[in-house]
Amino acid sequence: MNIQQNTVSENNFEQCIKCTVCTVYCPVAAVNPHFPGPKQAGPDGERLRLKRPDFFDSALKYCLNCKRCEVACPSNVRIGDIIQSARIKYGPKKNTSLRNFVLANTDLVGSLATPFAPVVNTAVSLKPVRFMMDKVMSIDHRRVFPKYAHGTFTSWYKKQAEAEQAAFPKQVAFFHGCYVNYNYPQLGKDLIRIMNSLGYGVRLLDKEKCCGVPLISNGLYQQALKQAKVNLGSIRRAVNEQNMDIITTSSTCTFTLRDEYPHVLSLKNDDVRDRIELATRYLYRLIQSGEVTLKFKEDARPLRVAYHTPCHMEKMGWSYYSIELLRMIPGVEVFVLDSQCCGIAGTYGFKKENYPTSQAIGEPLFRQIETSGADLVVTDCETCKWQIEMSTTKKCEHPLSILASRLA
Amino acid sequence: MKFDTVIIGGGLAGMVCGIRLAEAGERCAIVSQGQSALHFSSGSFDLLSRMPDGTPVSDPMVGVAELERIAPEHPYARIGAERCDRYARQVPAFLREAGLPVTGEDRRNHFRITPMGKSKATWLTLEGYLRTEAPGQFPFRQVCIVNVEGFLDFYPEFVAEEFRKYDITCRFGTINFPDLEQIRQNPSEMRSANIARVFDHERNLEALAAKIREVAADCEAVILPAIIGLNRDDAFAVLQSKVDKPLYLLPTLPPSIPGIKAQQALQARFRALGGEYFLGDTVLSGELENGRVKQIYTANQGNIPFQADHFVLATGSFFSKGLVATPDRIVEPVFGADTVFTSDRSTWYTLHFFDRQNYQAFGLRTDAELRVMKEGVALENLYGIGAGLSGFHPVQEGCGAGVSLLSAFYVAETILNSRKS
Repeated sequence: MNIQQNTVSENNFEQCIKCTVCTVYCPVAAVNPHFPGPKQAGPDGERLRLKRPDFFDSALKYCLNCKRCEVACPSNVRIGDIIQSARIKYGPKKNTSLRNFVLANTDLVGSLATPFAPVVNTAVSLKPVRFMMDKVMSIDHRRVFPKYAHGTFTSWYKKQAEAEQAAFPKQVAFFHGCYVNYNYPQLGKDLIRIMNSLGYGVRLLDKEKCCGVPLISNGLYQQALKQAKVNLGSIRRAVNEQNMDIITTSSTCTFTLRDEYPHVLSLKNDDVRDRIELATRYLYRLIQSGEVTLKFKEDARPLRVAYHTPCHMEKMGWSYYSIELLRMIPGVEVFVLDSQCCGIAGTYGFKKENYPTSQAIGEPLFRQIETSGADLVVTDCETCKWQIEMSTTKKCEHPLSILASRLA
Repeated sequence: MKFDTVIIGGGLAGMVCGIRLAEAGERCAIVSQGQSALHFSSGSFDLLSRMPDGTPVSDPMVGVAELERIAPEHPYARIGAERCDRYARQVPAFLREAGLPVTGEDRRNHFRITPMGKSKATWLTLEGYLRTEAPGQFPFRQVCIVNVEGFLDFYPEFVAEEFRKYDITCRFGTINFPDLEQIRQNPSEMRSANIARVFDHERNLEALAAKIREVAADCEAVILPAIIGLNRDDAFAVLQSKVDKPLYLLPTLPPSIPGIKAQQALQARFRALGGEYFLGDTVLSGELENGRVKQIYTANQGNIPFQADHFVLATGSFFSKGLVATPDRIVEPVFGADTVFTSDRSTWYTLHFFDRQNYQAFGLRTDAELRVMKEGVALENLYGIGAGLSGFHPVQEGCGAGVSLLSAFYVAETILNSRKS
């Protein structure tokens, strides 16, 4: 008998010294008594699950995968990864309610919605429609839906931008993600404008699928794996054949491509991981190396922004770059909000059963935003933006949109 | 990334050093692997409770002066008694400025009460916590020890057993109400932070006060474990105003509410002064050039290194992996710096847990200015502070927090002086 099969986990749960610090910083455990907290759900539970899989606790579904437990852990235990992996390994294999399917398939739903965006956007803002979605699909009627764009970013790019991008002396590839493609193509256009002003052409990957994060959190692991393989293939071709770095605008897509692929989907990516980075970090690096300088408008109207650190940004430790970039913009004053979860966690906060938890988690953040005196909130995550705009009186923008609006 | 000073380690020593530097206008970054050992704090800060031979110390500065003579390797001896005295006078105001309301006198120890009810000499204690001038000199003859039903990390019977040795009459009061029932759904997580969140709500704090009044009706004073005030600073004051007799807090087993508050207060103070705190990042390696640290690389920041004029190694001891024990050596993992330890492993520890253990005094080899040595030579711009230093026994001598505080003050001053010259 191999004793280690019951004692060793791929994630380093044996490093846990049971200090409970993770549970102190878990946003869910703070508001939802049904969630046992990361220590119990993660390393403690893992020890039992390795012995007998039926120790799996369905309450693990309340984990919103923010990874704040991992950031807090003094012993570097991959607590969030342990919980996600346990959900995949021991959780329900068929988890495709209509609701979860719709929320998870951002590519499919986005492709269907964008041609009819005006109709779809109006429809999902109507009370009776939201009431129906609540009753039939358990999508909470209080949740404000993100607007779809009329036409995707990629179709615009192919028609309007592709030809001229090749002419730039340096090239970089852009993983646009679903938000830029289906909801807010302007952010992609802002990025192109910034990169072009620095002499960089922006290319797309030859095939891009949703990074897979909503699929993973809704139990569609096989599909997530399939899409991840397509993405990694495209990224490898861009890196190896064209020597391009991959830049992104969404903190969660970035985190998924870099860390969730190897840790949760067991897909090796160390050959290309360091070439994938957030555009704000990429820009910071170029500017610091002295290679490029941003040229801003003369008119530096004062703008006070409050920066919100998304959970996966906190985990990557990269909010510094976005904040520093904002600080470079003349006239912009940055106030950094306390780093805490906004509560939406992607598709989590759309679900009727999670809605109260979601709003309770975000409450201290919303309060701080309201009292910050900021003109607007800035963040690198699209779902945080939805949550903040729905739950506060402030608009929320991407740092690159602020930057692009101030470029000369 | 370019800073004036980069501090590796975000515990008590690292944060205090960072705050001292930032107060003087330095641009500082702290890189911390995770939350620190402050989360296990007793709510008190020791300076020096016992001499190496076990003799109790009442005036820590007299003890420090003696250490300078008899224990030249002790961090206090390296810093020097005169400087220690100067820093120690500044520490209480420094901590209060950072939002930690400490009480105590800089030249006299008092006694704190452990979660098990024992009296231990200490130097500064947070307001609201039970402290006495001598063991057993309690401000009451009869007390009600209140606890929350099912709370895992506080044991009133043990506390009472100790108190009875001083002829204190102890009664017990157990508290429960619906919001506490809610968190009891996970009985294994009935811990201080989860309970404290319940009492952050006004109505629950009210209910707690009412319950205390009821269970302690015929008692002189009330003892409550530290399960209030996680996200509000006024919890103790509010509760005391609603309970008609003196209320005293006792620390609990970890996680420690006073420790969490201390961590958050110091972190907030550092950030408010413009410091950058990188949490959850691990320093992988340091690049040396001409006897100086040029830059350090971390897991999160990858190809963007931290550059600075000065670096401070505040990575702590074995718990935080600032020191790693291999079968035959004590290793400092970031720079491979020189460490002090005995070569024969059998002398590292004794089989009696509470003995003076040699391994506790193992740590960084430093020069007189606490500069870290590598291959026998002090690195010009790398300083060691806090629990990772060698030459002291934090538990046995009761000097862990003091070494962190004073070494942080010392190194901050050294760095600032080097700017002037």
